[in-house]
Amino acid sequence: MTETAEKALPDGWELVVGLEVHVELATVTKLFCGCANEFTSDPNTNVCPVCVGLPGSLPVINAAAVEFAMRLGRALGCEVRPSVMARKNYFYPDMAKDYQTTQYDQPTSIDGELMLGDGAVVGIERAHIEEDAGKTTHIGGGGRINDAEYSLVDYNRAGVPLVEVVSRPDIRTIDHAKAYVSELRDILLATEVSDAKMEEGSMRVDANVSVRPVGSDELRTRCEIKNINSIRSLGRAIEYEALRHIDLYGSGEAPRQETRHWDEAGGRSTPGRSKEDADDYRYFQEPDLVPLRPSADVVAAIDATLPVLPAARRARFAARCTVSAATIATVVERGQDNLALAAIEAGADADKVLTRIENDLAIDDWSLVSVEGLAALISMETAGELTATQTKQVLAQLASQGGDPKAIATELGFEAMESDELDVLVDQLVADNPAEWDRFTSGDDGDRKKMQGFFTGRIMAATRGQADGRAVAEILGRKARG
Amino acid sequence: MSAIETARAVRAGERSAVEVLEEHLARIDAREAEIHAFNLVTEESARVQAEAVDATVAAGGDPGPLAGATVALKDNMCTRGIPTTCSSKILEGWIPPYDATVVTKLAAAGAVFVGKTNLDEFAMGSSTENSAFGATHNPLDVSRVPGGSSGGSAASVAAGFAALGIGSDTGGSVRQPAAFCGVVGMKPTYGAVSRYGLIAFGSSLDQIGPFAADVADAAALFDLIAGHDPRDTTSIVDFVPSAGAVLDQGVDGLRVGVVRELSGGPGSVEGISPDVIARTNAAVEALAAAGAEVEEVSVPSATLGLSAYYLVAPAEASSNLARYDGVRFGLRVDGATTGEMNTATRTAGFGEEVKRRIMLGTYALSAGYYDAFYGKALKVRTMMLNDFASVYDKVDVLITPTAPTTAFPMGERSQDPMTMYVNDVCTIPSNLVGHPGISVPFGVGDDGMPVGVQVLAPATHDALTFRVGAVLEAAANAGGES
Ligand SMILES: [Zn+2]
Repeated sequence: MTETAEKALPDGWELVVGLEVHVELATVTKLFCGCANEFTSDPNTNVCPVCVGLPGSLPVINAAAVEFAMRLGRALGCEVRPSVMARKNYFYPDMAKDYQTTQYDQPTSIDGELMLGDGAVVGIERAHIEEDAGKTTHIGGGGRINDAEYSLVDYNRAGVPLVEVVSRPDIRTIDHAKAYVSELRDILLATEVSDAKMEEGSMRVDANVSVRPVGSDELRTRCEIKNINSIRSLGRAIEYEALRHIDLYGSGEAPRQETRHWDEAGGRSTPGRSKEDADDYRYFQEPDLVPLRPSADVVAAIDATLPVLPAARRARFAARCTVSAATIATVVERGQDNLALAAIEAGADADKVLTRIENDLAIDDWSLVSVEGLAALISMETAGELTATQTKQVLAQLASQGGDPKAIATELGFEAMESDELDVLVDQLVADNPAEWDRFTSGDDGDRKKMQGFFTGRIMAATRGQADGRAVAEILGRKARG
Repeated sequence: MSAIETARAVRAGERSAVEVLEEHLARIDAREAEIHAFNLVTEESARVQAEAVDATVAAGGDPGPLAGATVALKDNMCTRGIPTTCSSKILEGWIPPYDATVVTKLAAAGAVFVGKTNLDEFAMGSSTENSAFGATHNPLDVSRVPGGSSGGSAASVAAGFAALGIGSDTGGSVRQPAAFCGVVGMKPTYGAVSRYGLIAFGSSLDQIGPFAADVADAAALFDLIAGHDPRDTTSIVDFVPSAGAVLDQGVDGLRVGVVRELSGGPGSVEGISPDVIARTNAAVEALAAAGAEVEEVSVPSATLGLSAYYLVAPAEASSNLARYDGVRFGLRVDGATTGEMNTATRTAGFGEEVKRRIMLGTYALSAGYYDAFYGKALKVRTMMLNDFASVYDKVDVLITPTAPTTAFPMGERSQDPMTMYVNDVCTIPSNLVGHPGISVPFGVGDDGMPVGVQVLAPATHDALTFRVGAVLEAAANAGGES
């Protein structure tokens, strides 16, 4: 989660971020027609009178999309309520009807929250259903609508179902912004609502960024940053925008409320349309669709089939181990938490199980690793029957071929070395390297560390890695104390 | 010969559908030049349909309940492979790739489509003078308007160009032209007939409705086109039309309310002409004579209907008509940029009345004006729903004039929108609340032009409007009223 250290804002400033995430729902068909929800096909092949807005066509809402939206709402802890569709009116060639059918004052889901890996909570204001637009390609000129020679529109994406998840402006750090998106993605995957691929646009993040003096609770002018294509870009875009605001305030100016576009290559954002002269969207209730009124039974049925969500899955480990939150998050994110939990319940050491999985099972397919096998392997390691290196090798073979860890260890010739054999080896090394031994026993901390490495390395070389590192350290320490 | 009788004879092999069609085409040949009911006479495809009907009969099969019945279809309903224009230059040359549900249903019932009928552009108007392709004339007096917006379909039935007509009614666009042309026209409960393939004007108000020379034919047509359509989710799920079955049940004991605010008497909206009031009173007396219990009732909010309607309908239209942007279909007028192309296309493609309503609606929905205009109109709709609900506690049906006057001379009101809008004062309330209403001819006014009387009923009680209409029709015929 926190692979890069957080860049702090200049002293005295605090970040205020809210995120709007558009999620493409993984339904088979579009939101209002029977066309395939598949827009990588040849242009304008998945279209019909409804999704290209031909005169006389009418929308029919896709029940599966509504169900997906409600599932996401419940997974975010929202109240799922009666809702209506609305029309957002504006002219744009890829918006087939020149209005977007969306939700306005009565969205499907309101008032939820999302808990991040470190326990921070971000409020969810709403999650509403809407349709996607087509895709316009401007040819010639500067590649923009107003100076292109001509434009081509592909309506395959027009009418694809989206849910827009709007957070409250509760995010105070860049790491939390990134963690929010990552957590939301995990929830989308866990609930199977979306394939949530930021790079492919099935999850699109816009960031509302402002700053304020630490200790203040005001909300200053915000800018909405669009065109953010990865979690890494999100961090860069927020940082750039926050520093831009701080610079402006520092020189006695103030940012204008506007939409800005993140330029990943240039590492900066450029102004788009100013919100002050923004379109008046003339929202009104969509008369072609009837209100959505999910019954309590329907919501209960959704609740009953919700999978255990990442936050709860992480929480299952919290009381059992002392490894970092990041390790747990990684294991959960990879979907290896059930394996880990079962191995722990079978008696294996929890910390060891989690760190082994995090470090040594970072693979796509671990299906050959059985719970019993993993538990037995970790127990062998904990009991000192296998060294760390040996354990890794056995685990690798378990993952690639399956089998019983004891049998694999034997097959690989991993008989754990007896301590007295090691004693003899260490005595021999001490005798052969008196100067080094002297530095180990009487040098400063630096010397001691260096020499411990020296002796351990020699022993490992002599035993071809079969010695247990901890046992070696223990013997060296005992002999040094005399 | 009625459509029902024609279909019976064709199914029985007593008449050929081709012969029936040729009779209608001959009448079109004779008078279409002076009436201009059609944007397109689909002579060739009609012959193919008629021949198919005859072939089915010859092969011993059943072509369906409307076998060989001729139908004139308003040109705002999509027909696969046949131009559909909404009488607008912006759609000139557009050929829909699909059929409206109502077209599919009628084709399956063995109907033969003789053509696409003229209308006020995008159904915005009450005289069929606002057509980009020229006005339609009233067959009973070609110096007068046929009413609108479904003037072409009403005129087709009145002139014998087709046995049946299909129109759409957003604020009276089926009932008022029916009254002006002396035919039966009916607006179903909102959601009784699928809107799929009907080019939207005011989506929460639009309903497709039948025209016919008599109540029985209109009921048969209604029964065929009504019913749930999975492609229109605002269509009523369990609606089972049954108008034809109740036509002979009479009105003995039925409670009939005369709406004070639409009666022309004290407390009424102004502008209802004395001859229309007289005919409406005569209709009420006829119902009383047939055993109905008559009382005056009050729907106070009915006087607000016109104002509310001219906010709701333009607001929805401003959004519905956004898609005519030159990008995907219909007219495109080039511009240096996409935005300029949009503007040039819409400037050239839309007529004055359409532009006026788009601007009205855009304004009514704008930030800062929504609450004062569109929001207030929605409140009026709620008030009207409540008012009608309390009235229907006391009575079963309501009687009003269909329109304040008989058909007026062409050109008389086309320069003054307000005098045109007032035409719909009696019909608009049922669109705002989604209730059914029928217009049945009941004698003539001082100018010798027909007067229509309107019967309103609570939502889903469509059959009741036909049942009362049948009694009025019988009384009118018995009294030499028509
Ligand atoms: Zn489609």
